[in-house]
Amino acid sequence: MKTRPRLGKKITFIVGTILAFAYVFPFFLVFVNSLKLKYDILANPLSIPTSITWDNFQQALEKMNFYRSLTNSIIITVLSVSLLIFFSSMLAYYLARTKKKHTKYIFLILVTSMIVPFQALMIPFMARFAPFVSWNNRGALIFFYIGFGTALSTFLYHGFISNIPTEIDEAASIDGASDLTAFWKIIFPMMRPITATVAIINALWIWNDFLLPRLVLTDESQTLPLSTYLFYGQYSIEYGQAMAGLVLAVIPIVIFYLVLQKQFISGISQGAVK
Amino acid sequence: MASKRTAKKFLQFSFLPLAIFTIVLIVPFVNGVYYTFTDWDGFEATKLVGFDNYIKSFQDPTFWATLRFTALFVVISMIAVNAVAFGLALIVTSKLRSRNILRTFFFVPNLIGGVVLGVIWQFIFNSALVSIANKYDWELFKESWLNDTNKAFWALIIVTVWQSSGYMMIVYITGLISIEQDILEASQIDGASPMRTLLAIKIPLMAQAFTIALFLTLRGGFMAYDVNLALTGGGPFRETELISMHIFQDAFANGNFGTGQSKAVVMFIVVALAALVQVTVSKRYEVQR
Repeated sequence: MKTRPRLGKKITFIVGTILAFAYVFPFFLVFVNSLKLKYDILANPLSIPTSITWDNFQQALEKMNFYRSLTNSIIITVLSVSLLIFFSSMLAYYLARTKKKHTKYIFLILVTSMIVPFQALMIPFMARFAPFVSWNNRGALIFFYIGFGTALSTFLYHGFISNIPTEIDEAASIDGASDLTAFWKIIFPMMRPITATVAIINALWIWNDFLLPRLVLTDESQTLPLSTYLFYGQYSIEYGQAMAGLVLAVIPIVIFYLVLQKQFISGISQGAVK
Repeated sequence: MASKRTAKKFLQFSFLPLAIFTIVLIVPFVNGVYYTFTDWDGFEATKLVGFDNYIKSFQDPTFWATLRFTALFVVISMIAVNAVAFGLALIVTSKLRSRNILRTFFFVPNLIGGVVLGVIWQFIFNSALVSIANKYDWELFKESWLNDTNKAFWALIIVTVWQSSGYMMIVYITGLISIEQDILEASQIDGASPMRTLLAIKIPLMAQAFTIALFLTLRGGFMAYDVNLALTGGGPFRETELISMHIFQDAFANGNFGTGQSKAVVMFIVVALAALVQVTVSKRYEVQR
């Protein structure tokens, strides 16, 4: 009786370990080759570097304008996510607490809009917003992210607010608090778990987004995915440098994840299941 | 008094977000549908042309090829991603001591954008594997997979599975741990084998997780662009272009705004119908608790 579960456990362990190696192997390959000279890479991409060179990284940092793209990515992600939290939490509070016909319809439209793929909008989108984009492309991009992120974020907040008893609002109102004060001083702090979820889901999407920045941003305002892609396209013959560029592109988000791992996992499971 | 306060509340809480949502989503959507019935050239529309743009789109043989290719990609990637993700979820929810490390490893590809992932795998398929295959005389990889339409399709599937299975794994983990422990204990006491428990108890009780994961992979499959662009770039001979890239090319590279946008509307309708069918069918298997 006892041997079977133990055998099963062993098989699970072996399969799991092999798979885990398969999942990280591409990263390992990129990292190893980023330290090698071009000749070594062509000779054998699997070999451990005989002599380590950091020159590739220096070249990549410079050529892909790493610090500039990183700053752009951080500014765009932080501002978009903060504004999304600000707007969608208020909208969700209004929709959840005002039990009227129009709030029901608005909520329904928001939920339905989540099925619309960006590709179905992008052509008229670019035609219509061209002046706005050429006036301030970073600002335009943040504005677009707020628009595209509102539906899911509001939906997540809405589910959470529905579970907060209305007695709390009523008590605040009796004490003379205005609607805005009641929301920001009392309700919003109670929603911290769902705020974390909204922040992580949106940050991951905006940080990695490619198509919209590609259409909107200019050279100076490139985000990290854009500059990585263009850099790789230009220097893919210089294998070592290209690999170093990829390592640089991967590092920030992986560090962010390792620091906030618990929030990531719970954020995604909550965000998906709702 | 009361109505004044509700009006104020509406303005304070929902006016701005709704305005931005309308400007960014609703206006271009309505506009886009309208443009498909005109002679719009990207700048102005002078007259209505009925269904001309749609007829032209469907007369384009490359559009049909793209639709077929995309449909195949969506179906195969849905099956592959979900099968792998469910397997990963089972491994990670077992009693292994290394389960947390494994979960991290499986999830990491998901953090990284499709473009970067695509480029990494382009290096693997084009350079790393080819050079290894030539060294050890390994026929399968001697010629880069990305130079052959059929193999490039499987390369797309492999990268998509690698990218999305970690995310869907989390969805399945959430489903698996939501099953009450006493139900599982009861089945153990009744002498059910682990396989039987899985098929007869776990899967039916977590059917909701399947509905969600299938929906997300379906939508992701139709919208896939980044990996497609960075891995195959649509090649060889535009034969691995998924629908997103096809629309992008038609409109922004070839300047066919009318047909490009009608194809985009067709894509929207296909996605909406496919999602509706999938969710309705999946919901039927969900158990009410």
